[in-house]
Amino acid sequence: MPSTEADLECRNIVRRFGNFTAVDDVSFSVPRGSFFSILGPSGCGKTTLLRMMAGFLDADSGDILIKGGSMRGIPPNRRPVNMIFQHLALFPMMTVAENVAYGLKRRRVPKAQIGRKVAAALERVNLPDAGPKRIDQLSGGQKQRVAIARCLVLEPALLLLDEPLGALDLKLREHMKVELKELQNAVGTTFVYITHDQSEALVMSDQVAVMNQGRFEQVGRPQELYYDPKTAFVAGFVGDSNRWRGRVEAANNRGVRAVTEHGLPLIAAPAQDGTLAAGSGVEIFVRPESVILARDEARIESVENRLSGSVQSLLFNGANSYILVRDARTGGEVMVALPQTGEFADLNEGETVHFGWGREQAKCFPTTAPAPTPAPAGGAE
Amino acid sequence: MFPHHGTGADPRAGRRGRVMRLPQGMKLGFFLLLAPLALWLCLLVILPHIDVLLISLRVKIAPRQYATGLGNYAEFFTEPLYWNTFARTAVMSILATALTLLIAFPVSYYIAKVLRGKMKNLLFLLCLIPFWVSELVRTFGWMILLRETGIVSNLLQWTGLADGPVEMLYNDAAIMVGLVYTSMLFMVVPLVTTLDSLDDSLIEAGYDLGGNGFTVLREIVVPHAMPGIVSGCIIVFMLTLGNYLTPTLIGGKDSLWFTEQIYSQFITRFNWELGSAFGLLLLILSSVIVWSGLKLSRQTFSETMG
Repeated sequence: MPSTEADLECRNIVRRFGNFTAVDDVSFSVPRGSFFSILGPSGCGKTTLLRMMAGFLDADSGDILIKGGSMRGIPPNRRPVNMIFQHLALFPMMTVAENVAYGLKRRRVPKAQIGRKVAAALERVNLPDAGPKRIDQLSGGQKQRVAIARCLVLEPALLLLDEPLGALDLKLREHMKVELKELQNAVGTTFVYITHDQSEALVMSDQVAVMNQGRFEQVGRPQELYYDPKTAFVAGFVGDSNRWRGRVEAANNRGVRAVTEHGLPLIAAPAQDGTLAAGSGVEIFVRPESVILARDEARIESVENRLSGSVQSLLFNGANSYILVRDARTGGEVMVALPQTGEFADLNEGETVHFGWGREQAKCFPTTAPAPTPAPAGGAE
Repeated sequence: MFPHHGTGADPRAGRRGRVMRLPQGMKLGFFLLLAPLALWLCLLVILPHIDVLLISLRVKIAPRQYATGLGNYAEFFTEPLYWNTFARTAVMSILATALTLLIAFPVSYYIAKVLRGKMKNLLFLLCLIPFWVSELVRTFGWMILLRETGIVSNLLQWTGLADGPVEMLYNDAAIMVGLVYTSMLFMVVPLVTTLDSLDDSLIEAGYDLGGNGFTVLREIVVPHAMPGIVSGCIIVFMLTLGNYLTPTLIGGKDSLWFTEQIYSQFITRFNWELGSAFGLLLLILSSVIVWSGLKLSRQTFSETMG
């Protein structure tokens, strides 16, 4: 179980490439034994951050501490850290057993002990007989496991994973997610995992940091990021959302009333502390699954935001089914998740439905961009 | 007409007939494409070698009288000068190949793995530029540098490091310099190609798992580059063993290179029989050394060239 002691601590890390700041004053700590993910779009600086932890890049300023010791000036081969590379970087000129034994040989572990440790490591990743095989004889998932065994056999303080599941096909990726999480639970090593795939981060992690443009937007449990995003970027990046830009008309301590740029009035709750002044620009996010769908208008009377419209498209995908509804007043499309009860199994395209959501389900963030003026309401009004 | 096809009323039968003739057309094309190579091999490689073999088996018993026998080969083994030259050429060629590899490897690694973009192409081009002039001119360049009245000798006298003119030509070290210089490109090209194909993350993984520069080189870089190393070595060894110009010009009369022996048998002594025997012996020697080199490095010929 994760304890409060930190295995990794980053203090004010800055890294620039020319005029471009790849990592901009990032500080965080990762408790021992936890699975920590850094989630962000490509180019957000997550790979740069990981390479600084591994020692392949130096930070311009700031310090990285592993198990309390500063890593400044320590080369990668003397850090208690191992890395799973994006394309795994297994050595094709060696057998599976030689790959796993590579690190132990560098530490001058006695031969008999190497054999025992390699066998135990391969056993742990469920590949007990793969030792004499060549790397190109393995399947994608087996390669993953060998790469993990090659690192874990060295018992690192910290295992860094650089999007290792990216090259796998979807089914195997789903399977490896579960397997990685279980393995991490079993061995108790601290994992730092970087990915642009939110589902990987949410499923596996104890803590997720959402990174954007070199900064951490929010660090928290997956549930916190999902249900309580602190910034507009997190709300938009983690999970699906309906998104509107608008302008505050009135605000009190319970919520705000805003009008979108297409003239749709919405009641929303500010996601951050502090008040939003009337007239300021806002972005409003509503998750498709928090929208209540009804054929009968009376059933959505309890929520603050009520709309109606015709079903544009049915995106049926079992448990993840959505419909796109065209709002009758503004003509904007709203994505609504279909409830799992089968109540709407006979829904057809073109049918008129009523839908709505509560004030608390509409998260409202201030925008830095100038507030758009409301367009004149469409002919439907 | 269509023995495998029962239904004669098939409307596609006419088209099938044309399709069936296609393999024959492909055969003709295949032989036409093969013809230049086959002609080249037969006329310029196989026939001359058969001729050389036949000449080498002729033993002169009287003017214009020949008998078939192994006398020319016997002469090679009984005359110490011949097989001494032979052994010396082999050893010097192996040494030159090793030196070329030692110098070319860091250069190639730097070009393939350290440099990026423009500088990479520029440095590669710099390796190529000396080969735009003929080997003769390049060798004369070294002679201008190394001879008694040459640039190096004058420089040493000017700085006071030497009292009188220094002759640096006509010794084994000078021959070695010339041979290594001549061979560099043929080692650099295959090495850069194989090192280029080495994924950087393999090197990083080598360090990440605790390796230092030396172990990463030994365990990862060299095994990966092995096909390039072996093919480079084969090319350089063959070129060096068969080199005539560089040893003769830089080494002078006493260079004792086996190709010189062959030349003097053919041209000076007009002893084509012995010269042919020497030629075949050189061919056997190079084949044996290349074969044992492949065995030692556990590479196969097809792997290296593929």
